[in-house]
Amino acid sequence: MTYVQRPIPAPTPTPETKEFWNAAAEGKLLLRRNRATGEAHWYPRALCPFTLSPDTEWFEASGQGTIYSFSVMRRAEVPYAIAYVTLAEGPTMLTNIVNCDFDALAIGQKVRLVFVPSEGGAPVPMFEPA
Amino acid sequence: MTIKGQAYIVGAYEHPTRKAPDKSLAQLHAEVAAGALADAGLGVEDVDGYFCAGDAPGMGPLSMVDYMNLKVRHVDATDIGGSSYLLHVSHAAQAIAAGKCKVALITLAGRPRSEGQATGTVARPGDTNRPEMQFEYPYGVTVANAYAMVAMRHMHEYGTTSEQLAWIKVAASHHAQHNPHAMLRDVVTVADVVNSPMVASPLHRLDCCVISDGGGALVVAAPEVARSLKRPKVKIIGAGEAVKGQLGGRVDLTYSGARVSGPIAFAEAGVTPADIKYASIYDSFTITVLVQIEDLGFCAKGAGGRFVSDGNLISGVGKLPFNTDGGGLCNNHPANRGGMTKVIEAVRQLRGEAHPAVQVKNCDLALAHGTGGLLGTRHGSATLILERE
Repeated sequence: MTYVQRPIPAPTPTPETKEFWNAAAEGKLLLRRNRATGEAHWYPRALCPFTLSPDTEWFEASGQGTIYSFSVMRRAEVPYAIAYVTLAEGPTMLTNIVNCDFDALAIGQKVRLVFVPSEGGAPVPMFEPA
Repeated sequence: MTIKGQAYIVGAYEHPTRKAPDKSLAQLHAEVAAGALADAGLGVEDVDGYFCAGDAPGMGPLSMVDYMNLKVRHVDATDIGGSSYLLHVSHAAQAIAAGKCKVALITLAGRPRSEGQATGTVARPGDTNRPEMQFEYPYGVTVANAYAMVAMRHMHEYGTTSEQLAWIKVAASHHAQHNPHAMLRDVVTVADVVNSPMVASPLHRLDCCVISDGGGALVVAAPEVARSLKRPKVKIIGAGEAVKGQLGGRVDLTYSGARVSGPIAFAEAGVTPADIKYASIYDSFTITVLVQIEDLGFCAKGAGGRFVSDGNLISGVGKLPFNTDGGGLCNNHPANRGGMTKVIEAVRQLRGEAHPAVQVKNCDLALAHGTGGLLGTRHGSATLILERE
């Protein structure tokens, strides 16, 4: 079965996330972590969601992950797979699984980062079977 | 301070309409307000507190207070989605206990059906200041697939099956057959549910609630007001609320905010899940019911699939009669917000005014619980425990 990609609406960066989306344009997935504890979070914030410390920094993710859960949206013009992927760095992010056979998706499956172009905005980090 | 015994639900009204193309939203709010006040035996001049949520037109309570020309000294427009109205009952009881008002009116109304909303299956852009928007909208988060991911994880962790989830719809349909206003009145089988078209795997069309116009209203009043009225007395004895999200990326879809709001409500009421005779449980989807039943303590975590099977939620058949009006799954889901009708059916049960075919015998203790927003991303949670006096 040929995979058909649905159009992806452009993300809407805020001043807090400009750097994240600039990096996405260069094919990099940035995560934000607390400098003191080293703990990464998702979605990225200027203030650590575990301590509200503003002492946070960007770092680049490896792009490796595992499917935590997913659902194939069948009632859509172009069906797509929404998922939570747990990154190798710890946080679990909401995303899509692309370039895949929907019927072969499974929780626990290894996936890897891929950027999918959006309509008029930065490319969006998604995942495909590893 | 506790709200236990500080206030009563004295009026309840569910709009009979399920499609209202010829009515305005404000009109529907006012119609349900009038209905609940008439049910209580009170007049609009008695109302001194007003509560509404995001379904009300305009800025918080301002437009509806003005439209109905209410003379209020207390307002609250806390919005936690479909569970708002359960929280409003609790907040109204708090305000009454604090002497801020004596007669609180709560309204809900909406016309998603007339407006032709593809309510659960289309991703909608929101305010770009919402911090999560940019990390969710591009991925096509809809109501249906956000709940579906909860179901998928539950199946993975606990072996829950589509057939077990289907039993929840089957039970709702058994109740809805007796409700002349219900949108879906045909009794369905497990096979009907699992053979209905897939919407967002693993949720089928019949795992989803209806989309309806309509609304409902409640009147919450101080004990001295309740004593002056002729209606059976429904006392508020416990309430809890919570908000649960993605936990900074430590996502855990196996439980809901009910894990927090439920125990708070039970502790305040001084009762346990085993004492509850009837439960209104928010049913946007079958999985919503399953997770909440576990989190409220009606069964162990992971045992929900077995608990809901074989008619255990059917009034007169099972151990936990639920949503005897047919719930959101079959009856009504006005404004895409099911919390109001959850309270209304609990009030009917406690008054002994549910349909005779579904009325729970000696129903003196009921629970109503709601989830608002999306179970799979972030949601509000509100639990109420009510007692017949």
